[in-house]
Amino acid sequence: MNVKAIVLCILPMCAMAQGFAGLGETVDGFAVPTAGYQFMFPEDHGAHPEFRIEWWYVTANLTGPDGTQYGAQWTVFRNALEPEMGTGWGAPQIWLGHAALTTPTDHYYAERFGRSGIGQAGAKDTSLDVWIDEWELTDNHMTAQGADWAYHLDLQFDGPLVFHGDNGLSVKSSAGQASYYYSQPYIRVSGSIFVDGAEIPVMGQAWMDREWSSQPLASDQSGWDWFSLSFDTGDKLMGFQLRGTDTYTSASWISADGGVTAYSDGAFLAEPITVHETAGVTLPVEWRVTLPLQGVDVIVNAINPDAYLPVSVPYWEGPVTVTGSHGGVGYLEMTGYD
Amino acid sequence: MTRAIWSAVLSHWRRMPLQLFTLVMGLALATALWSGVQAINAEARASYAAASDELTGGFDRIERADGGSISVDTFVALRRAGWLVSPVIVADLDGTQVAGIDVLTMPDFVLDDSQSVTPSTPTLWVAENVKITSKTVTTVVDADLPPGTAVGDIGVVSDLTGADISYLVVNPVQPLFQEKLDSISPELVILEASGETDIAQLTDSFHLNLTAFGLLSFVVGIFIVHGAVGLIFEQRRPLVRTLRSVGAPLGQIITVMALELLVIAILAGAIGVILGYFIASALLPDVAATLRGLYGAEVGGTLTLRPIWWISGLGIAVVGAMIASIRALLSIARMPILKIAQPRSWAMQSGRGQVVLSVIGIGLIAAAGILSLFATGLLAGFAILAALLIGAASLVPVVWTLFLAGTERSASGPIAKWFWADTRQQMPGLSLALAALMLAMAANIGVSTMVGSFRNTFQGFLDQRLASEVYIDTKSAEQGQNFVDWAAGRVDAILPIDKADVNISGIPTELYGPVAHQTYRDHWAFLSAKQDAWETIHAGDGAAINEQLSYRGGYKVGDVIVVAGVALPVVGVYGDYGNPIGQVIIGRDLFLQAYPDSAATSFGIRIAPERMSEFMAEAREEFGLSGQDVIDQNALKAYSMEVFERTFTVTASLNVLTLGVAGFAILMSLLTLAGMRLPQLAPVWAIGLDRRQLGWIELARAVILAIGTAVIALPVGLALAWVLLAVVNVAAFGWRLPMQVFPVDYAVLGIQAVVAAIIAAIWPAVRIARMPPADLTKVFANER
Repeated sequence: MNVKAIVLCILPMCAMAQGFAGLGETVDGFAVPTAGYQFMFPEDHGAHPEFRIEWWYVTANLTGPDGTQYGAQWTVFRNALEPEMGTGWGAPQIWLGHAALTTPTDHYYAERFGRSGIGQAGAKDTSLDVWIDEWELTDNHMTAQGADWAYHLDLQFDGPLVFHGDNGLSVKSSAGQASYYYSQPYIRVSGSIFVDGAEIPVMGQAWMDREWSSQPLASDQSGWDWFSLSFDTGDKLMGFQLRGTDTYTSASWISADGGVTAYSDGAFLAEPITVHETAGVTLPVEWRVTLPLQGVDVIVNAINPDAYLPVSVPYWEGPVTVTGSHGGVGYLEMTGYD
Repeated sequence: MTRAIWSAVLSHWRRMPLQLFTLVMGLALATALWSGVQAINAEARASYAAASDELTGGFDRIERADGGSISVDTFVALRRAGWLVSPVIVADLDGTQVAGIDVLTMPDFVLDDSQSVTPSTPTLWVAENVKITSKTVTTVVDADLPPGTAVGDIGVVSDLTGADISYLVVNPVQPLFQEKLDSISPELVILEASGETDIAQLTDSFHLNLTAFGLLSFVVGIFIVHGAVGLIFEQRRPLVRTLRSVGAPLGQIITVMALELLVIAILAGAIGVILGYFIASALLPDVAATLRGLYGAEVGGTLTLRPIWWISGLGIAVVGAMIASIRALLSIARMPILKIAQPRSWAMQSGRGQVVLSVIGIGLIAAAGILSLFATGLLAGFAILAALLIGAASLVPVVWTLFLAGTERSASGPIAKWFWADTRQQMPGLSLALAALMLAMAANIGVSTMVGSFRNTFQGFLDQRLASEVYIDTKSAEQGQNFVDWAAGRVDAILPIDKADVNISGIPTELYGPVAHQTYRDHWAFLSAKQDAWETIHAGDGAAINEQLSYRGGYKVGDVIVVAGVALPVVGVYGDYGNPIGQVIIGRDLFLQAYPDSAATSFGIRIAPERMSEFMAEAREEFGLSGQDVIDQNALKAYSMEVFERTFTVTASLNVLTLGVAGFAILMSLLTLAGMRLPQLAPVWAIGLDRRQLGWIELARAVILAIGTAVIALPVGLALAWVLLAVVNVAAFGWRLPMQVFPVDYAVLGIQAVVAAIIAAIWPAVRIARMPPADLTKVFANER
């Protein structure tokens, strides 16, 4: 009996026919993001079951009392088998959680699976409150843990929500694949991380991304490199490139006062400088990132080049330092390199 | 030189092909029964292992202390408190054990993108021959699943069966912080992963039984081989003497003979393994039925040829051959070069061995007696059996020699005297075959006494237990309630039969809460009980337990057990034959307090016998129930007895096979002896007994030997039965049966043995009767 066969029938992400993690698959029966959507809160903090894929994504750059830099990642993905919420074991919504804690020398991570139909995972639409098992993300705290690590972080939302692309419609390919995408890049963080049997108090800043769609990638797009950078000036830059037959880029410049400028394909550039092999995968851990229209020309360096998550859908996700035209910190995510 | 030795040694088989046949067949039969039994055991164990590894083998579990099911809310509460647990539903669907697992949370779950099947309908993976009638699921046959089982996603299984979570599998890796289990759900307990499954533990005794039978057959086979090898080497003494006289080194001769035996052993072992495969194939369906009937364990009905059999089968054949021939080889090695072959000297020599044998035999029987006074447990039981059987077998030649010496002395007339003396002369050659026959007969008597006692007790037990006239199985709790409403005015009493699964001192136990009714007082006999036991139980002040729980848990009348959340004194212990697990009976009110949702779907109905068939027909029609669902007492008893009989089919088959091997041993011994006995027969023939008379005398001797052996086997068999009933059964099954004796069966067995001996003796007798007189006269020409 191959029990594995069963899970594969449940998880659409494992039926990787096209693109990275099935994100390039077609969307029979699911809604498609369109321009002109009016975001409503707190409802849009909750789940959108009519869309196939959705995530809540928080990355935090943290500093310990001795100045050591840490990174914390909290992610929950919702994958719909059918465009309805449903209840009970058979409800067609599978939830997946990834959490990680990165130190300059170690990378801790864990993965969880769950079903919202029974309440093991889910997202409220009355306030930001998302969970899978005991991992939780609300508008005032964020917790996750694995066998030998944990973090308990208090969050303080300190600025407006930021809507990427065309008022929150973020286009992902020249063929028009898109997702709804907003961020909360102004989050102050304090709390504790637990590693090596010790509790370490930390302070820092976090960035939350919310995105949902049904087919966010074109079928030829195999992965992406995504940057969220917070500069010492208070300005922030979100930029990504989608690797496919042609590379497609997109960026948002978020000024210190919360004003957003969206940049379409070609304005933002990211070039690998140094590659590194980790867990059998070779990927760039030093980048030159430029957005000439804002005078940005920086070198982005991974704090821990081994911040790879060899989970069911493996990828690299870790904190970075920024030097060059601007100084700062941020997070880098690289997918589709395996 | 080696080549010359080989050709000289091997020439023996050309002259004595029968001896080669005896040797090979003896070893092959011994190996066959042994490896057949091992094959069955291996197959059954593989089935259990598959069943347990399949889902949750090796993981700790969380269950409810009272054995009840776990709600989805509790599961979610545990997950949200940091407990990495995975739910498993085990439920019955159309007679198939269906397991629902949550692949999202199952520990050690590695995704594998090699298979990307996305079925559009809910799917169940089923074992071969499993039929699921539900139209809402697609079934996919998976040959690796244990027989009679199916697996699917917990969502699918939950929809199909409506069952709640049976238990939670605990991931061996738990997160850093988690709440205490009892603060989340105090009724939950963690059960540590045990090395083997409950089924494997329960069935251990059954397999030990089979192994014991296999070993017994092997020992009988080795007796044959030992006898054959002894004769062969005795006959080869002149050859060895000649070879050594012409200069062959003794070491080389011994090496050649040992190698020759090794080759024969491997050949015989191979034949034995193949035979064993067929024996196992033939017996496996019965074994599967037995295990299902006794323990509810599912075992596949087909056999896979495993390489380990070849190795173990050939190994045991070689070891057996070596054990059987070591004495013969040593005696060749020590033989003075000029000593001549003397059958009579062989007899004399083994006469000295008899003193040793009788000391061993008496010692072993004494040991068995002492053990049976003090020892308990399965291993002790088998130790007693082994000591008893080996001791008795050792005494067989001693008893015969003493008996024959006596008869020889008291015989009058020359022919009678010669007859007894001649029989005594043959004793060394026959004693092993007779010991084998005695063992086989004793085993037969012992086992048939046990089965017979069991059968009678079981029948009496069924009469007690199945006291209601009609038994009804409804399809659901709702239908059960409708049935109660409908039947209320039509029958004398409705006795609901519902139970809860609980755990008492780690022993899986069924808890019953019957309504207070005269039926129980009238029919239910206790093995031991306080006065007014039923009144106490119905009043909620006591509990009755079955004998299994009493033995395994060490509870006696007067002890207190905790069940359904209350402590109750045990007021009665009752026999519960054929049930592998514990059972407790408490008052209906207490039962319903602990299990308010319990709803009976099965009922015993008390009704006047003359209204029975009318009522049954009405009930079937009213509720659309089948003949199986509405069944009268007699049909149910007949069904139970059928299950019982199947349970012992294997034992009976092995019994017959062992007896067959013993018969073969006698045939071969007589044939071999017939060839050797010319020097004894020729003088008798020469002084006037004709060949026909000699033939008849041979037959008469066989009958006397068979009757004598049966006489020896009877007390041994009865002792064996006593050990089986009073020691082995108690340890293996948890119940003790009163021993009964079955003289008619023993007489039939005695007649069978006599007939077998006659059949075995006919050929040698005919050979003597037809022996050319020239051969007999040659004896004098060849006088050594």
